[in-house]
Amino acid sequence: MKEIVVISGKGGTGKTSITASLAYLAKQEVIVADCDVDAADLHLLLSPEETVAHDFYSGYLAQIDNEKCTGCNRCKEVCRFGAIEVKAGDYKVLPLECEGCGYCDEICPVDAIEMEEQNIGEWYISKTKVDSSMVHASLQIGAENSGKLVTRVKNEATNLAEEKSLNKVLVDGSPGIGCPVIASLSGADYVLLVAEPTNSGFHDMKRVYNLVEKFDIPAGCVINKADLNVELTTEIKNFIRKNEITNFGEIPYDDAFTEQMTEGKTIVEAENNEIKDQLVEIWNKIKSN
Amino acid sequence: MKIAIASGKGGTGKTTISTNLAKYTSEQEETVLADLDVEEPNSKIFIQGQLIDSQNKFTMVPNWKSDKCTFCGKCSEVCYFNAITQLPNEILVFPKLCHSCYACSELCPVDALPMQSEKMGVMEQYQDGNLSFIESKLDIGQEQAVPLIEQTIDFVDQKYPDETIKFFDTPPGTSCPVIEAMKSTDYVILVTEPTPFGLHDLKLAAETVKKLDIPHGVVINRYGIGNAGVEEYCEEEDIPIIATIPNSRKVAELYSNGDLLYKEIEEVKQAMENIYQTIEDYR
Amino acid sequence: MKIAFTAKDIHWNSEIDPKFGRADYLLIYDTETDTLNADDNKENANVAHGAGPKTAEKLFNYEPDVLITGNGPGGNAKRALDQGDLEVYAGANGMTIKEAYQAYQDGELNKMD
Repeated sequence: MKEIVVISGKGGTGKTSITASLAYLAKQEVIVADCDVDAADLHLLLSPEETVAHDFYSGYLAQIDNEKCTGCNRCKEVCRFGAIEVKAGDYKVLPLECEGCGYCDEICPVDAIEMEEQNIGEWYISKTKVDSSMVHASLQIGAENSGKLVTRVKNEATNLAEEKSLNKVLVDGSPGIGCPVIASLSGADYVLLVAEPTNSGFHDMKRVYNLVEKFDIPAGCVINKADLNVELTTEIKNFIRKNEITNFGEIPYDDAFTEQMTEGKTIVEAENNEIKDQLVEIWNKIKSN
Repeated sequence: MKIAIASGKGGTGKTTISTNLAKYTSEQEETVLADLDVEEPNSKIFIQGQLIDSQNKFTMVPNWKSDKCTFCGKCSEVCYFNAITQLPNEILVFPKLCHSCYACSELCPVDALPMQSEKMGVMEQYQDGNLSFIESKLDIGQEQAVPLIEQTIDFVDQKYPDETIKFFDTPPGTSCPVIEAMKSTDYVILVTEPTPFGLHDLKLAAETVKKLDIPHGVVINRYGIGNAGVEEYCEEEDIPIIATIPNSRKVAELYSNGDLLYKEIEEVKQAMENIYQTIEDYR
Repeated sequence: MKIAFTAKDIHWNSEIDPKFGRADYLLIYDTETDTLNADDNKENANVAHGAGPKTAEKLFNYEPDVLITGNGPGGNAKRALDQGDLEVYAGANGMTIKEAYQAYQDGELNKMD
């Protein structure tokens, strides 16, 4: 089983557009997993259908039963998050503040508080427009993105791959460097870094590469929008070489990406496109790595 | 006056807008810019200025005192985050999992888990003319952005008078760090691009702001590409489009170098003026 | 002696689970009584964080001498396991419990520091 994870550090580098293109090229050879669960976009290019949805639970919220409450105020006193409010003698939990730590439940002398597990999102299994299976998710607003939903998406994708006797899972990874990315990278067999020649893009890519190194995962890098800044592209290439990351080449800045996206299509679906050839080559190299 | 600059999607130009806007505004009055994207702060690249202070930022975590412990197991039992493990001869604390709720520490019958500080990141302050720039950065491996965002906002609240304009560059997305960064602000600028990705994520961001009941407006970056979906959505939902920035290669190139745009590109300067005017109207 | 395995199911011919903290089952083999006990670990598999230490906590209750895993424990789990006296082995991925036990006896597994 080969898990290929596409990450970038910074948002907006073209990570999802490129992952969608690879998914399109790979057709039914892969299970696609969208682990970018906080504002997920991959589905906009792969037109998922026949979706089966599952509830996702994580974290707890305190619930106060005002019938049992005696107004002793202990809960409000111990809450470090300012999540308990009193109005007209009624004790209320503020959902956006409550951290789900359970301290109030523990301390309440009359057992008026319960911790309820929260339904904070959904995950889905769908069929993409190239007839491959895709596992994706959506996290509710304000939810904690602990990586648990990312892990669920990945596990479901891996299970599906086993069921269908497929040996590759292609993952659109999370941006940033926190738990969701760590969860995206955990278990990865190969990482594709999508870099862009901007100061902020390079800065963030180095930060996330730190994690890739720590996990000791072989990696390759493609520089997107490479002609925007030749100097920075060269700097990135030096970084790639120094760190023994496979150089997958450079993709020029092309409005075609956006034009295609506007129609819900990946760049490899455009006609007469050199970028398509580049991506075909990249996919072939990743497959055989 | 606190203004958040946010976007559902990463890469739409949030930091471009916040840095240009902060610099532009600082030419008119005292301004504060705080980069609250503590996992990957990027604004510093665009701001020149003197470093005037650097502070380590700490969170509170329990510290096990073996001589007092009776191995009753209460600490491990009450922790909802699995940050405390009871082993045969030891109580192990996992600081990075700790949410600093103090439950284990305060419920320990023998006071064997006093809370102590643990470094989680760094907050730096810079001064560039009339612009005070604050960047907070989470240490790699630290998993929680919210405490650092909270402390940074507290710092800004205490140090600067209420009337001073303060811009908060928020993290992308809609999860809890974003809520933390936005919730105490007076106005939210939502940055988007006129593409299906931009629209999809704008809707999520707009929902977030509505839930927090904060007045907001939209800035469309890379205007000219994609389609009219974002504009139509804003009209349907009655969300004002307070400025647009045209799609241009020149903008992209300047950005890639870490240069400020409004000094070189007239349309960007115009956009900054429009946004500043909107803010003035709100004051 | 007691040998623990991370497993996907509860039999000698079940597959080793590559994970530790989120392993589906912990199987404990007591060589003296020749019994294989199964501990369902799925509640730990589902937590957002801290699965490793929690599983280690549970494991220690069985007082194992050896732990045989696929990938080996993650960072937090390792810290917890280091507190005990047991030997930890990795590298049994793809094997059944029976095969993994044989590999351990033949010295073919990777002993972790």
